[in-house]
Amino acid sequence: MKITDDVPSTLTALDRPNSYIGRSVPRPNLARLTQGRGHYVTDVTLPRMAHVAYVRSPHAHARIVRIDTTAAKKMPGVIAAVTGPELAKVITPWVGVLTHLKGLKSAPQSAIAIDRACWQGEAVCAVVARTRAEAEDACALVQVDYEELPTVTDPETALDAATHVIHADLGDNLCFERSLDVGTVDAAFAGSDAVVETTFVFGRHTGVTNEPRAIVADWNPGEQRLTVYHGTQAPHMMQNLFAKHLGLEESQVRVLTKDVGGSFGIKVHTYADEMAVVALSKLLKRPVKFVADRIESFVTDIHARDHRVKAKIGVMNDGTITAFEIDDLTGIGPYSVYPRTSGIEANQIVNLTGGPYACPNYRAHTRVVFQNKNVMCQYRAVGHPIACAVTEGLVELAAAKIGMDPLDIRRKNLIADNAYPTGSASGLKFEALSHHASLDKLVKMMDHDALRAEQTALRHKGIYRGIGFASFIEVTNPSAAFYGVGGAKISAQDGCTIKLDAQGAIVCHTGVTEQGQGAEAVIAQVAASAFGVAIERVRVITGDTDNTPYGGGTWASRAAGIGGEAAWQAGKALRQNVLAVAGSILQAKPETLDIRDSQVVDAGTGKERIGLDEVARIAYFRPDTLPPGFQAELMATRHYVPRAFPFSFTNGIQASYLEVDTDSGFVKLLKHWCVEDCGTVINPQLVDEQVRGGVVQGIGAALYEQCVYDERGQMLNGNMADYLVPMASEMPDIQCGHVVSPTADSELGAKGAGEAGTAGAPACVMNAINDALRPLGAAPLTDMPFTPGKILRALGRVS
Amino acid sequence: MKPAPFGYAKARSLDEAIGLLGQQPDGVKLLAGGQSLIATLNMRLSEPRLLVDINGLHELSGIRLDNDHLVIGAMTRQVEIERSADIARHAPLLAKALPHIAHPAIRNRGTIGGSIAFADPAAELPACLTALSAEIEIAGPSGKRTVRADDFFKGLFETALGPQDVLTAIRIPTALADHRCGFDEFARRLGDYAIVGLAATARANGAGLKDVRLAYFGVGATPVRASRAEVALAAGDLDKAVASLSGDIDPQDDVQENAAVKQHLAGVLLRRVAKQMTEARS
Ligand SMILES: Cc1cc2nc3c(=O)[nH]c(=O)nc-3n(C[C@H](O)[C@H](O)[C@H](O)COP(=O)(O)OP(=O)(O)OC[C@H]3O[C@@H](n4cnc5c(N)ncnc54)[C@H](O)[C@@H]3O)c2cc1C
Repeated sequence: MKITDDVPSTLTALDRPNSYIGRSVPRPNLARLTQGRGHYVTDVTLPRMAHVAYVRSPHAHARIVRIDTTAAKKMPGVIAAVTGPELAKVITPWVGVLTHLKGLKSAPQSAIAIDRACWQGEAVCAVVARTRAEAEDACALVQVDYEELPTVTDPETALDAATHVIHADLGDNLCFERSLDVGTVDAAFAGSDAVVETTFVFGRHTGVTNEPRAIVADWNPGEQRLTVYHGTQAPHMMQNLFAKHLGLEESQVRVLTKDVGGSFGIKVHTYADEMAVVALSKLLKRPVKFVADRIESFVTDIHARDHRVKAKIGVMNDGTITAFEIDDLTGIGPYSVYPRTSGIEANQIVNLTGGPYACPNYRAHTRVVFQNKNVMCQYRAVGHPIACAVTEGLVELAAAKIGMDPLDIRRKNLIADNAYPTGSASGLKFEALSHHASLDKLVKMMDHDALRAEQTALRHKGIYRGIGFASFIEVTNPSAAFYGVGGAKISAQDGCTIKLDAQGAIVCHTGVTEQGQGAEAVIAQVAASAFGVAIERVRVITGDTDNTPYGGGTWASRAAGIGGEAAWQAGKALRQNVLAVAGSILQAKPETLDIRDSQVVDAGTGKERIGLDEVARIAYFRPDTLPPGFQAELMATRHYVPRAFPFSFTNGIQASYLEVDTDSGFVKLLKHWCVEDCGTVINPQLVDEQVRGGVVQGIGAALYEQCVYDERGQMLNGNMADYLVPMASEMPDIQCGHVVSPTADSELGAKGAGEAGTAGAPACVMNAINDALRPLGAAPLTDMPFTPGKILRALGRVS
Repeated sequence: MKPAPFGYAKARSLDEAIGLLGQQPDGVKLLAGGQSLIATLNMRLSEPRLLVDINGLHELSGIRLDNDHLVIGAMTRQVEIERSADIARHAPLLAKALPHIAHPAIRNRGTIGGSIAFADPAAELPACLTALSAEIEIAGPSGKRTVRADDFFKGLFETALGPQDVLTAIRIPTALADHRCGFDEFARRLGDYAIVGLAATARANGAGLKDVRLAYFGVGATPVRASRAEVALAAGDLDKAVASLSGDIDPQDDVQENAAVKQHLAGVLLRRVAKQMTEARS
């Protein structure tokens, strides 16, 4: 295994001999996955396993008048055709609300639509057959009579009195509303030298995972137990929800999550068609498999963003930012998604806007409305790309208006690096951020002055290049403040159990999960370092509610920071336990010993005393030779949850360099930089790849991705040819740098890094495009994605 | 999604393929590279009862010179055309266009015949053949015939091929010393079907051009000749050529861009492609 040290370690407390912390250790699952030996849910095959396919509503809003399954049931291989009312006898509906999002309301949602389909793509009937192909053949014969209902699609008019109310019981189409008014906003605007006001629009888009959503549910009547093989980010959360809605005890449900082919927040929600699978398995008493195909994924995987933000900034001529104000509106589909709700993205926008800056005056208003489109919920970097683009868009527009350099206005207003601990106007608490150090590092990395000179020189030749920046903050390592306090049974704490095997290797069971991001590698590195063995001597087990400590899984950039700290503490605890055994064997005080590279050594001299294999042999097979009353404990468990701060904020800054072809409106990305501060960098390569992947998803939002709907609620581009995911050929080289401000909330000091790239990339691409076009007098572009057509219209080339 | 059930037969000869096509009119499809067909099957956009695989018919594959024509067998893979020295020399337009078609993995399987027969309005090859004044050779139950590219593309995914016809080869007049060609397209991502594209040929006429053929793709149901612009370009008036495009092509809105943007981009392409042709040297 090749281990490269590409970042000199800045560690102190973690500076154990042979530490893997801060080293680019290749992930242990790499060979297995690249040799095609992964074990995805799609690979699971069980005896008597049946496959389900769904008949989905072609209408955005329709009453289901009648469903006739007679012909479908006669098709070869068909086991059952089940409608919503039939399935409702096995599984109860749910409502996606959280009590700490005050006033948030939603309607009960069923596993299969009962009498009404509320979006195009909602399942109205399930067909279970021997194979997926047979199930699809039979689906074509299910007769559904619909009576179309008025569709609500435009958020702008969703609350109008004349607009149809989607759920009559709720009274209106408002899901959630929040207002915030801090400082003296009106006075600040009135006293400003300049005020910039504009409207930002963010396209509705979705996370496109390599492996689609997949689930196999196996109800075993003999055991009265349900085993679910599930491509999910949060196995314990799903265990709770499956049990709750099937009327089972949690002990009757086991969720197994082996390899997952990418998640990005898509796989951390309750999907009606997945709830239907567990219910069908219980109903039919046999394993049932569902693998979403790409076409149905586009209309059922959660969508995200789709915000319209009217925004305003005030500045003084010296660059001081006086106030921010936003009015946000979003449409989230017909239901708030369970159990995390669809109010979080809007809530985050209110929390995060203006966050990097020391500006005391801030007013925000957001409204979240229902509509007849696919549901929206949390997707990588929830709310951040929007809050960041609004903030950073305003900051660069303000800088342009007063004729100030975009970096200077940031230097003037970013919270000072020595101001911590401090907070934002919206009430966020910051432990230690490094906006200025990050900016300085970025300026060096990108050779800023040379780049500006090149930009100017090329303009004289009619080549329009732009440089754009985005400072950002990112929520990571959430405490119970995110969901737990709102009543959702989503664990904020996480645990790790480490045991010594009989040959002196260790096995870690962790509550966090592997989605392809490298959590397994990070846990192995931390455990190996804390305990004192080579990483080859560590096995990591994730994703099994029967066998891993209770935990939250992977979301909100928490796996390394929270799961990693639990592993660190468990590794230390097991080391103490093993040294106690070794001490009694060696007649030495345990505090004088240490474990290094699988050997118990004298802590002071490093002299080898006894191998771990020998300690294990004695403890397991000759405990009779240990002193009377001494019991070896060769398995240790520790849990961790951040307590000092509700969230561990990270920060950073990105820059984009690009060229706009002013004839065609096409944008060529030339280079991208990201400096971020995620505290302790456990594995530089994994962090950099998280940043790069995140940047690419952010570029997708800025230039390519959009779920296009017509006014009748039909998605028009739900396929991989028409929905443009960013692809390698168009991506720039992405250079990463780090500033390290460890969190003092944990010994490891690691914060999250999974969403930083996505948070800042759309903003800096937008700013770079506007920077490129400014000399041409183009109206600033603020409506993502920035297609060639939009750029041509901004340039006045096309009307 | 899974395709509806279908039968499969591997044709051992051209005649057998034609015979099989006649067995269930409209319910049989030829399988060439499968890069378009299998996707339509999987999405259940088409549900043929039988696929007739013509991948074993070696007589349909290969590139050869026949006097003053290049003959490209229908089953010739796109990658072979991309890499062929004969193509680069005698039909350089194809060499320019090929890298824009899909991705290498798809070009390894996809055939020229499949692309022409499928006739996607945004595909490169139909427009190239139109610009090249190619001829399409067809074998059917009543024998062989040849159709000019200008007459081959009839409508959206509709060609001169009858239900029992097999496209066997494409004939292209070899490029003479005064041959000029140009190709460009606008696609959001490398390998995507173009928003608008232009394949063009001409003959050098001093510093200018004559016999200009401009074949746009992505702007209508079939490749579209821009005849007014061809005349203007031959007359050496590029601005007029661009201006006259509004009379030549009538692109429709699609999910990527609206008609006005496509119309504008068509003009940008014309300037770029004209430049390629006038700057080229033999
Ligand atoms: C991701 C992706 C991107 C793509 N991008 C592009 C692109 O940018 N530009 C582009 O032009 N194409 C693109 N394609 C299509 C690709 O070029 C296909 O290979 C081509 O359109 C069809 O060729 P094929 O040999 O695969 O034909 P098949 O898929 O096997 O057949 C297509 C149709 O033609 C019929 N057919 C095939 N051969 C014959 C014959 N000899 N006689 C009569 N009928 C026949 C078949 O019955 C079928 O109806 C793309 C495909 C994919 C999957």
